[in-house]
Amino acid sequence: MATTGAGVDRKREGKAGGLLTVRGLTKIFGTLKACDGIDLSIGRGEIHALLGENGAGKSTFVKMLFGALEPASGEILWKGERVSISSPGAARHLGIGMVFQHFSLFEALTAAENIMLSLDEKTPILKIAERARELSKAYGLPLDPFAHVGDLSVGERQRIEIIRCLLQKPDLIILDEPTSVLTPQEADKLFETLETLRDEGKSILYISHRLEEVKRLCDRATVLRHGKVVAHCDPRKETATSLARMMVGDEVQAVKRAAGGSGGEVLLEVAGLARPAANPFAVPLRDIRLAVRSGEVLGIAGVAGNGQGELFEALSGEVLQESAASLRIRGKDAGRLSISGRRLLGAAFVPEERLGHGAVPQMRLSENLLLSRHVTDGRALVGPLWTVRGGALAKAAARIAAAMDVRKGGDDPEAAALSGGNLQKFIIGRELDRQPSVLVVNQPTWGVDAGAAARIRQALIDLARSGSAVLVISQDLDELFEISDAIAVMHDGRLSAPLPIAEATFEKIGLLMGGAEPGHHAGAPLETA
Amino acid sequence: MRLELVKRPQHSALFSAVSPFIALALTMIAGAIMFSLLGKNPLDALYYYFIDPLRETWSLHELAVKAAPLILIAVGLSVCFLSNNWNIGAEGQFIAGAIAGGILPVVFPHVQNVMVLPLMLVMGIAGGAAYAAVPALLKARFNTNEILTSLMLVYVAQLFLDWLVRGPWRDPGGMNFPETRDFHPYAVLPELMPSAGRANWGIVFALVAALILWFVLRRTLKGFEIRVLGQSPRAGRFAGFSASRMVMVSFLISGGLAGLAGISEVAGTIGQLQPSISPGYGFTAIIVAFLGRLNPLGIVAAGFVLALSYLGGEAAQISIGLSDKAARAFQGMLLFFVLGCDTLIHYRIRLAHSAPSKRTDVPQPSEPAEVA
Repeated sequence: MATTGAGVDRKREGKAGGLLTVRGLTKIFGTLKACDGIDLSIGRGEIHALLGENGAGKSTFVKMLFGALEPASGEILWKGERVSISSPGAARHLGIGMVFQHFSLFEALTAAENIMLSLDEKTPILKIAERARELSKAYGLPLDPFAHVGDLSVGERQRIEIIRCLLQKPDLIILDEPTSVLTPQEADKLFETLETLRDEGKSILYISHRLEEVKRLCDRATVLRHGKVVAHCDPRKETATSLARMMVGDEVQAVKRAAGGSGGEVLLEVAGLARPAANPFAVPLRDIRLAVRSGEVLGIAGVAGNGQGELFEALSGEVLQESAASLRIRGKDAGRLSISGRRLLGAAFVPEERLGHGAVPQMRLSENLLLSRHVTDGRALVGPLWTVRGGALAKAAARIAAAMDVRKGGDDPEAAALSGGNLQKFIIGRELDRQPSVLVVNQPTWGVDAGAAARIRQALIDLARSGSAVLVISQDLDELFEISDAIAVMHDGRLSAPLPIAEATFEKIGLLMGGAEPGHHAGAPLETA
Repeated sequence: MRLELVKRPQHSALFSAVSPFIALALTMIAGAIMFSLLGKNPLDALYYYFIDPLRETWSLHELAVKAAPLILIAVGLSVCFLSNNWNIGAEGQFIAGAIAGGILPVVFPHVQNVMVLPLMLVMGIAGGAAYAAVPALLKARFNTNEILTSLMLVYVAQLFLDWLVRGPWRDPGGMNFPETRDFHPYAVLPELMPSAGRANWGIVFALVAALILWFVLRRTLKGFEIRVLGQSPRAGRFAGFSASRMVMVSFLISGGLAGLAGISEVAGTIGQLQPSISPGYGFTAIIVAFLGRLNPLGIVAAGFVLALSYLGGEAAQISIGLSDKAARAFQGMLLFFVLGCDTLIHYRIRLAHSAPSKRTDVPQPSEPAEVA
């Protein structure tokens, strides 16, 4: 993460008299202890990080603090008094506000109208807009209260959520993965706001799995693993590696990358691809150009919702292009070919959503294998009278599960029964098993635990090194820097020219993500209003 | 204290097997309550409903006569419902099949040879399929709601048949009764065992259709495509399957089978066209399809259960004077309980003590049951 910005080493212990103390908080779902005896205390004027992998119990824990879940046992002390928080309304009444990871805003309404909807008392809209404007000025969160949410960027939408939360005058603000949708520059602005709030004595519980920003911003950290607290620490005294080790347990294997191969033949080529927006909230694609060579991994960065999903659909053939020549796979025009036709040319695709797109939730893994392989492996998997060869399918599914270390209960469980990481390993393994010459992946490790993510990234690199062309669309910059030979950035339906990895920096990519033209001075401040 | 539904991690194999039986049992209980409210002895009513029609050979034949159209239509509907296409108009396709198949014996009565019956059956299938193609095309091309269009076309078909038998197709020697001439012997679907009862080849068609579709749905790539598109249209698109082609295929299959049921009914059981040729088979078949869990073999069993409810309804009318509306209500309860009990496959019921009430005042982070 970018390390620019002020106040890195501002040491401040929470003033005596903790704001919030939690003892032995436990929540059980069925047989799973999502939170197991969690202890934590937050002082006034403290930014406290809650660190942990996906599935470590962070969200469950804060849902209990915010009254959305009822703890099975344990106690919560608020300003020294024992409280039971029975609903989000009660939480706000106490002075606990929350900004969710997934926003709950109506796109067709204005910012002020969205804020009004969440307030209990009836206040005229103009007054709300006035107060929102004051707050936005005071905390450096530029926002037009009368702008329609549908027209706003993700960062601006997040500001609405934050202002909505600040209007309740909370003492404790819970932020759930706030930077996962922001560009590095937008994140920097958010950090400044949070530091201002801290200086006013407000406390912040900051949930994240991004270690650099936690080190930069937070005064103390609590690390969760498998529902248990593994450490309370001062993140500034830790290294990113030591924090990661606490989160994951054993050391995560670093991805090994041989020197980037280049100069191979172009296997995937896109020229002048355009696509009108399918609905008012979709992003039109404009004049996309890219080429991926044999042996190469091209990463496509970008803030969510800038046309990555639309690009994937156009590349995969789920939506056909106007002109056949706008997409070439292994030198053959493929723009008018269906997804099956493109697969027959040697391409493979992994969509962003696992359940309901890459896999049918209620179907078994072997059936889900057939989903993307029935055309390319028709001879092996489909017998006379179009009968599906169950035996061959089961064997292939077992082979893939073994190759990718898919952990599953039972021989052939339904896709929905697998954890996100294991299902993703299976879906990627399903395509790798074919040895595709072109692989297009959208968000390969979204919501996947660190171990599985490392394995998936290594598999993508290995595929490229064996002579395939790999295109990775991802919001995770760390991931792209780890595996790509070049990175292009998607913004507002356009794709920048790719930057070779040797030249790419977080700052350059971040500017492109924010929509700056390539070639601008890298240090230019970003207009975000 | 209250009841809570908790999502199961994986669907329950046990409950997908037993839920139709739970539904049947609940229907019997609710039916018994309804019968006693109507002033009848509930045990008598249930006896006439479910036991009496099974006691003699001829009434077993009647059971097959009633079950045949139900099974034929319902196995076709299962293809539709599995692929998430809601064909509610099988009753109209049944009538369209009967009319199309009836053209030969009614309009060309002098054509009499062994080819007539096979031709009639083919035309019946074609008629039903063509009639189903209307809502299918509308959905595939213009994204209309197939539930409404297919349902409305039922009334069109019913009124068209009514007009035909009162007008152009009325039997010239029929003393102005609203019915066509009797089908000639070459146009009649033969009975299987004329000495024992009325069951005709319709039940054979039904069983063969069920077996074939069971094989297609369970074992073939086409069946996989049907299920994928029904459960997850996006995944279907990702697999390279075409949803709009599936709309056509599923409607043509179910329309064709409903048409076959229609022509079998008029060529076999009735022997002519009349203003009304179906006691709502096309609608009851929807219940049959779901009671049979959209599995063609299950549908065979469910078809006999619903056929029994028709016969039993008649028996109860005759012997204890129960209204035929009560019989319809009874069928309705069955569908209600079948759909209700299906919930148990994906959810289990839990008794919750003094848990907090559902909150709606703020944006919910997500379902409480979800483990982060």
